[in-house]
Amino acid sequence: MTIDGYKNHPYIPNSVEKVQKEMLKELGLETLEDLHEGIPEELKFKSKIDLPEPYKSEYELRKDMEKTLRKNKTCRDYINFLGAGCWQHYVPAICDEINSRSEFLTAYAGEPYNDHGRFQTLFEYQSLVAELVDMDVVNVPTFDWAQAAATSIRMAARITGREEALVVGTIDKEKLLIIQNYCDPIVDIILVDYDKKTGAMDLDDLKDKISENTAAVYFENPSFLGFIENQGQKISDIAHNIGAISIVGVDPSSLGILAPPSHYGADIICGDLQPLGIHMNYGGGQSGFISTRDEEKFVMEFPSRLFGIAPTIVEGEYGFGDVAYERTSFGNLREKGKEFVGTQTALWGITAGVYLSLMGPKGMYELGQNIMQKSQYTINELNKIKGVKGSKFNSINFKEFVVDFNDTNKTVEEINKKLLEKGIFGGKDLSKDFPEFGQCALYCVTEIHLKEDIDKLIDSLKETIEG
Amino acid sequence: MKRISRDHKVRNFHQAKWDEPIIFELSNEGERGILVPEAEEEIVKVVGDGVSKIPESMKREKLPNLPEINQKRVLMHYLRLSQETLGGDLNIEIGQGTCTMKYNPKINEYIARMPEMTELHPLQDESTVQGILEIIYKTDLCMREISGMDQFTFQPGGGSQAIFTMASIVRKYHREHGEENQRDEIITTVYSHPSDAAAPATKGYKVITIMPDEEGYPDYEAFKNAVSERTAAFFVANPEDTGVFNPRIKEFTDLVRKAGGLNCYDQANANGLLGVTRAKEAGFDMCFFNLHKTFSTPHGCGGPGGGALGVVKELIDYLPKPIVGFKDGKYFLNYDLDKSIGKVRLFNGVPQTVLKAYAWIMSLGAEGLYEVAKVAVLNNNYLFKKLLEHKGVDAPYIRGKQRVEQVRYTLEKLAEDTGISTEDIARRVMDFGMHYWTSHHPYYVPEPITLEPTETPSKEDLDEYIRTLHHIFDEAYENPEIIKNAPHRSTIHKIDESSFDDPEKWAPTWRVYLRKTEEE
Repeated sequence: MTIDGYKNHPYIPNSVEKVQKEMLKELGLETLEDLHEGIPEELKFKSKIDLPEPYKSEYELRKDMEKTLRKNKTCRDYINFLGAGCWQHYVPAICDEINSRSEFLTAYAGEPYNDHGRFQTLFEYQSLVAELVDMDVVNVPTFDWAQAAATSIRMAARITGREEALVVGTIDKEKLLIIQNYCDPIVDIILVDYDKKTGAMDLDDLKDKISENTAAVYFENPSFLGFIENQGQKISDIAHNIGAISIVGVDPSSLGILAPPSHYGADIICGDLQPLGIHMNYGGGQSGFISTRDEEKFVMEFPSRLFGIAPTIVEGEYGFGDVAYERTSFGNLREKGKEFVGTQTALWGITAGVYLSLMGPKGMYELGQNIMQKSQYTINELNKIKGVKGSKFNSINFKEFVVDFNDTNKTVEEINKKLLEKGIFGGKDLSKDFPEFGQCALYCVTEIHLKEDIDKLIDSLKETIEG
Repeated sequence: MKRISRDHKVRNFHQAKWDEPIIFELSNEGERGILVPEAEEEIVKVVGDGVSKIPESMKREKLPNLPEINQKRVLMHYLRLSQETLGGDLNIEIGQGTCTMKYNPKINEYIARMPEMTELHPLQDESTVQGILEIIYKTDLCMREISGMDQFTFQPGGGSQAIFTMASIVRKYHREHGEENQRDEIITTVYSHPSDAAAPATKGYKVITIMPDEEGYPDYEAFKNAVSERTAAFFVANPEDTGVFNPRIKEFTDLVRKAGGLNCYDQANANGLLGVTRAKEAGFDMCFFNLHKTFSTPHGCGGPGGGALGVVKELIDYLPKPIVGFKDGKYFLNYDLDKSIGKVRLFNGVPQTVLKAYAWIMSLGAEGLYEVAKVAVLNNNYLFKKLLEHKGVDAPYIRGKQRVEQVRYTLEKLAEDTGISTEDIARRVMDFGMHYWTSHHPYYVPEPITLEPTETPSKEDLDEYIRTLHHIFDEAYENPEIIKNAPHRSTIHKIDESSFDDPEKWAPTWRVYLRKTEEE
């Protein structure tokens, strides 16, 4: 059977039949069916693949896709208190302006000579994040925080030659699944218990579990549950005393006000770039980074590309290129290289660089302060609702906090359903991931929440709970 | 006025050169790029400054050393750097073989940037995200048809993550069948992507790499000898990066199946095969497509992309959670996969990429996808024939036969004749506003070039590309110096690469550069 094909398609210039004939003649062929001679007949798909009829014009495509997308309710229409690893922040217009530029959007893997701008922006992103975390080396971004954490652990395992990692018990269970899958069967992941009152890592349990098999201790600041872990130096010391590596996952939007993990003993820092000027995109905005000191033993374990600065043959010119390229799976070593490298999330790295350039030191400080104030205010107001505890843990939080609904006689699911009716996305229900908490939800408050948004949440919760 | 002559055969190009400083050099104390909303007075009244409550040990003592730059200057900086980047929209993007650098339709980007896409939180109630779930579900149905697989996941964020996901499924599958320890080897071929070796190795597998026979096909005898009760899986691209399609692929997959292994298809090179041949009929248990290659979503300087991973019925339960289902008129996230490997990327992958891929498929339909495959192959074989007309240019394997969607050429003869290497020429191509890529390492084809035109270029575009390469090949014979010192019309000149592998000198960030160059 001959399939007709779709002639004169705007995306396929050489679907014009006259041109096709001319080109086929050059090749000594008669028809398009003479192509694909290398594919045996028995492997050829004999009928037409069964797809819906295509839109007949760009207008119809747009019209119908818009109609479908409008079935979604967005965080602009609703007041959103969901976080849990993907956070709603303000995205400066310039971030979108730059990441929608044709040049960046449609570039890929050019050489430093055709893509000087791509190399420079990614070098600058690395350098800006390096200042934020106060560490020397930052990679071209990986897929997301979970991948960055998993790779950090694998790096630590190679550096120490050990096969176990201790991971903070309050970690996001989805992130844990990713780390476990990525480390299986090379590194065993063991959870460390946490203090039931503060949420902080249980140092006695850490000391019990750590051993000479421990490659790394991984914890987060702020933690997944929002509280600030202030035993950072103690945890790092316990790790170092036995020759293990201290890895800290961090939300970079906190680093205008919170000490970077390099100040309390972290050897490797990782985290997500999404809060730095990247839209949530239903989770498609996640982008991971990894940072270490500028020591050969760390640098040589990165699987990612690292762009470095160098002179050119012309005085006064900046050039860029790959630092220690041969360690990657793109180099001569293939599977003997470090893990693997490929298309990850470079455009979000560029965007995070734009964001940090706009924010500057003061912007990052004010962002942090604003989030602290608004989240504390929210906790404060939540405490006024009968049966609600604004923060389950008696620690200080950044951006997120666990709201305890156990004394309301209502489940989080019921409460969130009511909130939804009132135009509010309530916090993430923790009853599945942390059954020991009972009915608790993880709420997220950022600089985008106005007092009136928070007050609307409080009023709606009062109505729902107190009736 | 005299008629202006437009007779020149190659483009008189010059790349933008803004001589832009590094962002830190633009800092002026006190300048602001953007203002952050302040907390309302009533909030401050209740909670105070917010930061004094931070435990002392956790307070940042000194503000981060970020630059302070006004908004216009930040914009100008990044716009200038964008102009110094040769994106696919601007050039005849034929030179990045294996990467399928096709046109990324603007309308799809426009749709994907609607707030109904960008402003969705991944944990929203399913009832509020029916639109995006519908698109993911329908894309899955299309992919099933295109490949013959029974279920797709869009969780992998790129091709390499999709390969890693396949390797994870392979391990879990053999674990479930009590053969995990026995099956510790995977087999791949040297002209499949390096990640087909590296990602399974990351998953703990020993890698056996099959070399090509004289015709460029994976050596069947060597393959036969490699398959055993230790084989966990076969990871392969077909056509491989040479553009050579292995016609005996079914015999290969049959051997692996009989030995108890799984067959995993890297479809990075699928662009010439859409509607022509499918993974299922070739005996594969799993396959993946790069949405940012075959399905037209932009590459974004290296992501975010998308790896659409499909499996046969028997393997659906092993997929990462969740997948999108449809029941009683509603789309939902299905977590009910009892042998699942868990998860590979947070939340639901990269949904905006899936949306763009769907829009592309729906702009073409079955007839359009078939036309894509035919024209991609037509363009490639046209380019192939024309390039080989120049002396010093060749392509090893299956002489006189067609290639699929790309070709790995060799300039071995040209290099012997002139002393000019393929890397030298890669730098010179830039002087004409174009780009070409050599090959993954190591170079099994000596002095390689890997070109893949896709369906995007017109005949005029192809002719310009051919003319330009021929012009440069002529230069190699007639005026090699101009190539040795290239580029001449790029943003920058030849880079001194000597620091990149020297831990004492390399500078992966600005702060390291400042420190290491202080004394000099």
